[in-house]
Amino acid sequence: MRVSVFLFIILLTALFGGCTGDSTQGPDVGDFDRQAILTNWADNIIIPAFTEFELKSSNLTEAAIDFDQSPNEARLDTLQSAWKDAYLAFQQVSMFETGPAMTLRYRTQLNTYPTDTTEIKANIENGDVNLALPSLVNSQGFPALDFLLFGTGSSNNEVLAFYTTNANAQKNRAYLIALTQRIEDLTEAVLGQWTDTYRDEFVANDGNGANASIDLMVNDYIFYFEKYLRAGKIGIPAGVFSGSALPSHVEAKYNGEIALELFNEALDASQNFFNGTHFQSNTSGLSLADYLDYLNTMKEGTDLTALINNQFETIRAQASTLNSDFAQQIASNNTEMLQTYDVLQRNVVFLKVDMLQALNINVDYVDADGD
Amino acid sequence: MKPIRAIRDYIQEPVSAAPLAVFRIAFGLLMLISIIRFAAHGWIDQLYIQPSFHFSYIGFEWVKPLGEWTYLIFFICGLSALFVAIGFRYTISIVVFFLSFTYIELMDKTTYLNHYYFISILSFLMIWLPANATFSFDAALSSNQETHIPRWCIDAVKLLVGIVYFYAGLAKLNSDWLFHAMPLQIWLPAKYSLPFLGDLLQNEWMHYLFAWGGALYDLTIPFLLLYKPTRVFAFILVIIFHALTRVFFPIGMFPFIMIAAALIFFEADFHQRILQRLSKLRWFRDQSQSTTEATSTKKLRFSKVRMTVVGVFFALQLLLPFRYTLYPGELFWTEEGFRFSWRVMLIEKAGIATFWVQDDDTNRRFQVDNSQHLTRFQEKQMATQPDFILEFAHYLDQYYQQQGIADPKIYVESFVALNGRQSQPFIDPTVDLSNQPINLKPKTWILPFNDVIKGL
Repeated sequence: MRVSVFLFIILLTALFGGCTGDSTQGPDVGDFDRQAILTNWADNIIIPAFTEFELKSSNLTEAAIDFDQSPNEARLDTLQSAWKDAYLAFQQVSMFETGPAMTLRYRTQLNTYPTDTTEIKANIENGDVNLALPSLVNSQGFPALDFLLFGTGSSNNEVLAFYTTNANAQKNRAYLIALTQRIEDLTEAVLGQWTDTYRDEFVANDGNGANASIDLMVNDYIFYFEKYLRAGKIGIPAGVFSGSALPSHVEAKYNGEIALELFNEALDASQNFFNGTHFQSNTSGLSLADYLDYLNTMKEGTDLTALINNQFETIRAQASTLNSDFAQQIASNNTEMLQTYDVLQRNVVFLKVDMLQALNINVDYVDADGD
Repeated sequence: MKPIRAIRDYIQEPVSAAPLAVFRIAFGLLMLISIIRFAAHGWIDQLYIQPSFHFSYIGFEWVKPLGEWTYLIFFICGLSALFVAIGFRYTISIVVFFLSFTYIELMDKTTYLNHYYFISILSFLMIWLPANATFSFDAALSSNQETHIPRWCIDAVKLLVGIVYFYAGLAKLNSDWLFHAMPLQIWLPAKYSLPFLGDLLQNEWMHYLFAWGGALYDLTIPFLLLYKPTRVFAFILVIIFHALTRVFFPIGMFPFIMIAAALIFFEADFHQRILQRLSKLRWFRDQSQSTTEATSTKKLRFSKVRMTVVGVFFALQLLLPFRYTLYPGELFWTEEGFRFSWRVMLIEKAGIATFWVQDDDTNRRFQVDNSQHLTRFQEKQMATQPDFILEFAHYLDQYYQQQGIADPKIYVESFVALNGRQSQPFIDPTVDLSNQPINLKPKTWILPFNDVIKGL
């Protein structure tokens, strides 16, 4: 017993001795504010991006209403470019399928492609359809509008006829309005929840663990990069998952001009999020890059931030060789598409393996015991 | 001849059965709670019923979840744990517990944990120990009261607990753990939201303190518990250590099990007092008579058989963790001979494994969406362990044969990061895994590790 007491005193001395010793080595710790990452994401990236997209989607609805009132070539042009502007702005918010967007199944309703043209025609025929039905995700959103605005004729004149001289012209125009209105409504709902209550909830949830904001967001971010940017925009149409190319699966296939633009916009958005770059600005706040730098000062390992940013540049350089129409690119030289997929995949490894290990965030967190 | 006889006399010497009785009660109750907790978390469904594919141990491919009947296995396991606790039909109960618990663990190796393995082999050991000798329904119901049992019956439990700690300590004697504080350096800073400790854990010296402290603890604790003057101190350490691990890591019931197990090192009178306390509860009153001082001279039945089995068991336990020396390459990288060796919390591995199917007939090559076949947990475990990767490749081979590809070739592109190092290619992407046999031989298609980890 006496020995036990003696040993116990030694242990306590050692512990408290350790605690009072100043730690001159290593980084100035405790200074890194993880909550500031969440604030930066919410206030400088997510909410501004949704605000901008809400504006563009409201312009889109207006353009559809104007077109309905007097369907002429000029207004079709305006509507088409409003669609393009909104589609580009959507690339800045698509990755934030967390919180309100997740509950609303936002991304699925706005951008499921390839779109189902038979279903679209049936919906038009039926008139009043409930677009909130999960079964109707293939006949709404940007891809459906892509078909309606560019795929209903081989020239703008023919497209115009679909809304003027076609037997169903009025119903066709009504469906245009319904689709644009749906996008706007959903966006308003998501943005509304973010500015009402979710922003504060999101920032306050600054712990670590499966349901902490940072863990959820990082998982959603990587999921987006892997499934939507890498697979959806490039891998699937290039035939990576099917063994033969599927040019009909490219994004914005009826428009046939902006697939690369959409891709680049999404790529920029991903990189900006990683670096904490404020929406439409050159200023940047705290984000994953800074967090990695902070952790790396401790373990003095590879500079992951540089590795990931360099890979983003490699992807950008590779993508610059692609045709603005991916379907044409696939037809002329699919190898370039496959190479783009490979450089994207390399960054999936950096993000999902190296970054997650460094941040000690569990991918696809499973609530089970460890040893 | 003399020393052998001395040893024999020592291990056969009758000692109080109380420590083993306390151990049996604690073990049974903790197991019952573990099973209830497991079910309450919904893990039976999530881990064993939902997945369409399960990863098997070599030789145990026939052990699979039984659909909805899987719940029954858990029920049987929990019920037998309760019977063990109260000492009712002990021998049958502990055999049923061992079989049902081990069956559960063998159903899918995705869920392998050292502490589940510990429970399996401990319950196997308990089959051969007379843990129902006293303070049990069995003892109360029969006229064969045994208040004393041979010393080895208690020392066997101490030895197993000692092996777990000491081998876990040996495994920590490597350069990553001691000189880079890895993987603690990854795990601890992420616990920033813990009150008080969260800020402290941002300090590098804390990571080293826990690394060295942990290794020292594991290596010395069995001896500190054995030596009477240090025993109380050691037990306080056990509580501090396991409380800390409980705070830092999601390790479920394990800390409680180890704290309860450490009680076995205390003297018999300490356990007598616990039993006396328990006997004041009305429920146990009937059995309290059996804890009186009358010394039984009766020999334990089948003592020789029991000792032989236990002897062989321990020989295996001592040797099995060193089987890794039969394999080339870095153990932490290949994980050949990694399991069943008390290598606890030693590595942080993250990986990604992308499978490609090649059909030479049509000259098609395409990538597999793992999530179509595996749960996220399975996919995560699979990505860093070569035996999982091979098993999944064989599954894909069969799957695509059913899909009409005559001879699918399965390749994998994979990257793994170990203990904070940059990720590097893991498996040779040019090897058709569908042609590689599933066995215990060294896997030649694991790419070499680009670094050196020194140590045991």
